[in-house]
Amino acid sequence: MNVSNAMVLSRLAELAGPSHVTNDPAEIATYQIDGKSPAAVVRPASSEEVAEIVKFAAAEKLAIVPTGARTKLGIGMPPRKFDLALDMTRMDRIVAYDPGDLTLSVEPGIPLHKIAGTLAEHRQFLPLAVPFMDRATAGGTIASGVDSPLRQIYGTARDFVLGMEFITGEGIAAKSGGRVVKNVAGYDMHKLMIGALGTLGVITKVNFRTFPLPRAARTCVATFRGPTAACEFRHGIARSALRPQSVEILAAGAGCDPLLGRRAAVSFEDDRWSVVVSFAGDEPVLDRTRRELQGLARGMNQNSLESFTELRANLAENVNRYIADLPAAILEYSPAAAIFKVSALPMDMAGLAADIHGIEVPWLVMMRGLGVTYLALLPPDRSEGSLRVLKQECARIFSLSERAPWGRSVLLWCPSELKREINVWGAPSGDFAQMQKLKSVFDPSGILSPGRFMGGL
Amino acid sequence: MPMDSRLLHDLKKLLGPRGVLHEPEDLMLYEYDGSVEVARPDCVVFPRATAEVVEIVRLASRHKVPLVGRGTGTGLSGGAIARHGGIITSFARMNRIVEIDAENQRATVQPGVVNSDLSVAVEHLGLHFAPDPSSQKACTIGGNVSENSGGPHTLAYGVTVNHVLSLEIVLPSGELMRLGSPALDPPGYDLTGLFVGSEGTFGLVTEITVKLTRNPEAVKTLLAVFDSVDDATETVAEITARGITPAACEMLDGWTIRAVEDYVHAGFPLDCAAILLIEVDGLREVAEAEAKDVADVCALHHAREVRVARDARERDLLWKGRKNAFGAAGRLAPSYYTQDGVIPRTKLPATLRRIGEISKKYGLQIGNVFHAGDGNLHPIILFDERNEQQFRDTIRAGDEIIEFCIQMGGSITGEHGVGMEKDRLMPLLFSEADLDLMRRVRDVFNPTGMLNPGKILPISKGCGEIYVRPRPALAPPSA
Repeated sequence: MNVSNAMVLSRLAELAGPSHVTNDPAEIATYQIDGKSPAAVVRPASSEEVAEIVKFAAAEKLAIVPTGARTKLGIGMPPRKFDLALDMTRMDRIVAYDPGDLTLSVEPGIPLHKIAGTLAEHRQFLPLAVPFMDRATAGGTIASGVDSPLRQIYGTARDFVLGMEFITGEGIAAKSGGRVVKNVAGYDMHKLMIGALGTLGVITKVNFRTFPLPRAARTCVATFRGPTAACEFRHGIARSALRPQSVEILAAGAGCDPLLGRRAAVSFEDDRWSVVVSFAGDEPVLDRTRRELQGLARGMNQNSLESFTELRANLAENVNRYIADLPAAILEYSPAAAIFKVSALPMDMAGLAADIHGIEVPWLVMMRGLGVTYLALLPPDRSEGSLRVLKQECARIFSLSERAPWGRSVLLWCPSELKREINVWGAPSGDFAQMQKLKSVFDPSGILSPGRFMGGL
Repeated sequence: MPMDSRLLHDLKKLLGPRGVLHEPEDLMLYEYDGSVEVARPDCVVFPRATAEVVEIVRLASRHKVPLVGRGTGTGLSGGAIARHGGIITSFARMNRIVEIDAENQRATVQPGVVNSDLSVAVEHLGLHFAPDPSSQKACTIGGNVSENSGGPHTLAYGVTVNHVLSLEIVLPSGELMRLGSPALDPPGYDLTGLFVGSEGTFGLVTEITVKLTRNPEAVKTLLAVFDSVDDATETVAEITARGITPAACEMLDGWTIRAVEDYVHAGFPLDCAAILLIEVDGLREVAEAEAKDVADVCALHHAREVRVARDARERDLLWKGRKNAFGAAGRLAPSYYTQDGVIPRTKLPATLRRIGEISKKYGLQIGNVFHAGDGNLHPIILFDERNEQQFRDTIRAGDEIIEFCIQMGGSITGEHGVGMEKDRLMPLLFSEADLDLMRRVRDVFNPTGMLNPGKILPISKGCGEIYVRPRPALAPPSA
């Protein structure tokens, strides 16, 4: 902080109440981003308080990073400067829920599981089966832009966030969109907030479209030898009339702990590529879907089908939860893991899988049916030697990603040490100049999560 | 004011004499779109390629002349009208489907491709382009991108933005830029999501990559006939409550039904208060089960009759009735004004009652056609534009409907756009701070305001609208 700590703390205490401001070393350490702690933490209770705090921070040039349950602060680059953690978890109310209109408005600090509980009473839900969903907040989930296996059928936040309220870097309360399922009034500025890591504004309210909970669901696992047949199976499903809830291809290279696969009900041995398919509906639909999936799996070339099983109901639920949470499970298992998110087209998935085979550290891959792929590199430990190899492999994947047809990569999670030498966002895209200009509109003094986003935004 | 002859000369040199229209009798055609707004452009140009669009933008920029993009002019909020004159860039000659990538379910098109032409082109692959505005046989995908168009089937499949992945755009500076990517989740801010629905105020679109949707295996279209509007609206509420998301759920009121039937002969009963046109789709088993559930709900709410279309022909006829409702209204009065309010769907009964009161208050016939499933209303107000008082009353009645929608927690436009029709209503929905931020966002793309000036954002103090040359809404064609 470039002003005396005491002055800042006392002003923040005025704004949020003394018990909601702290600079206690033990506490601020829990807000670390890549080893960098804030000078203080402040917990506002309302949009008005957020606006005042941001205004104050802008005047004093204090860098702010908004936080929720702090499960995904590892995404992005470390902030260039980190004065205040703006802990949003006191803003945890459901502002409005109209089951008949399928709309929900929440404050950002509300945990997803709390939303799920309320919605379940009306047999509705939000299709956000995201990593850390047992703790993650709505705001953090939106701001981090994580996706869910359920995107196969429900899309992502981009498709079902109806509107937002936010505080800009000047402390101005603004909004866009609305609370109805169809609305084209004004510019959809809230679309920019999704996945922006809080670099454009502090989200203070999110309006969602909710969905009816499926009556029943089942899950099947088809395991193939080699990635080609697994990808072909995926393509077969895409060409069929079936409308599964999720299609996830899972595999791992040598050295990856088999337990990571076993919890997803898949085997990682001997170049096994498994496709976990979930589908929902009434009994006749479920029966037919299972039958046709099995038919498609058996129809693959060269008898490459190893096994086809339907999971028991309890197991299916656990497996789906685990797969949705897989990045979190990987990080827990191997805190030094590097997890790429690759934007691939479906038809490039097999090529991507072939390229993965050359990786020299243990790896695990999860390809969503729509092409988006998570590739985790799992170093055996955090030693200097292991990190050096990891860095080389990451650099190789970035350069492959620039040349290969399978699309752009972001290094979503990786050890802090790597971020000193690698920009996790890769090279800025062709429309970066517009992004820079937008950043200066929303946050002219550059105090919101500075440096966390692509190209140092 | 005649156009700078040098600019006209340069445009003709660039596009050839057939690529530029500037005679008053030619320009008259381009004064209108599907709305009630009118304004005369100074010329209309017809580029054939992206490079020509870039040159047009550069010329307009150099001469400080407003530039407005236009598809086929079916818009309903004046988006494609040159409010302050200038150049209209018609994309009529950029109507090529550039690439169909069936396996990845993608298509890349030029902006002038007609919406339904894309669906027809991919039909043999079992695919279609999901956004289906009523004007889909005429409107262009470029226009859909600008307006973020909807349509009946957006209830289940989403509006245009949910199907657009990447755009090639030309900025006012003449810079060519690609937003988004054919693959999902490209890193960076979602500029594609921001751009779709910006109504031609950010840039001109020269290429669009969209998602193609797999055709459902089975489709069931139900016609439910009601003797009371409330029964029909309660049916809609209960369908939602039962967790059914139909592919489409449309309502027509009695007056509209009679107007349509007289014109299209869709088989709608003439003596009822309302009909619901409900479509369910998916796997055969899903469509059958949901059709049965929907029929049960209709019966429970006193539907007089529930008819399931037996074949594609009957289904098309029912949809023809729905999609031609506006055309039918057009036969009954010299002019009509279609509103586009949105309400939370549970507020349907109250809103319809209010529209009835407004109709009585002004003595104007108002028909109701709407996307009941998502609460998007399209009241059709009939009027005679030669009667100035009636025209003013029509606009006032429209405003009152919109104000009520906002009171109900809704919006001023669900799919038609703000354009020049509703810019003045924006402050009812957004604060000055919201609008100021939107203005600054627009300035990122369009800093001089030369692209589609006078749209979306109301004019306010300190605003950078530099090309203010207002024209009366009902100006007689000048000689």
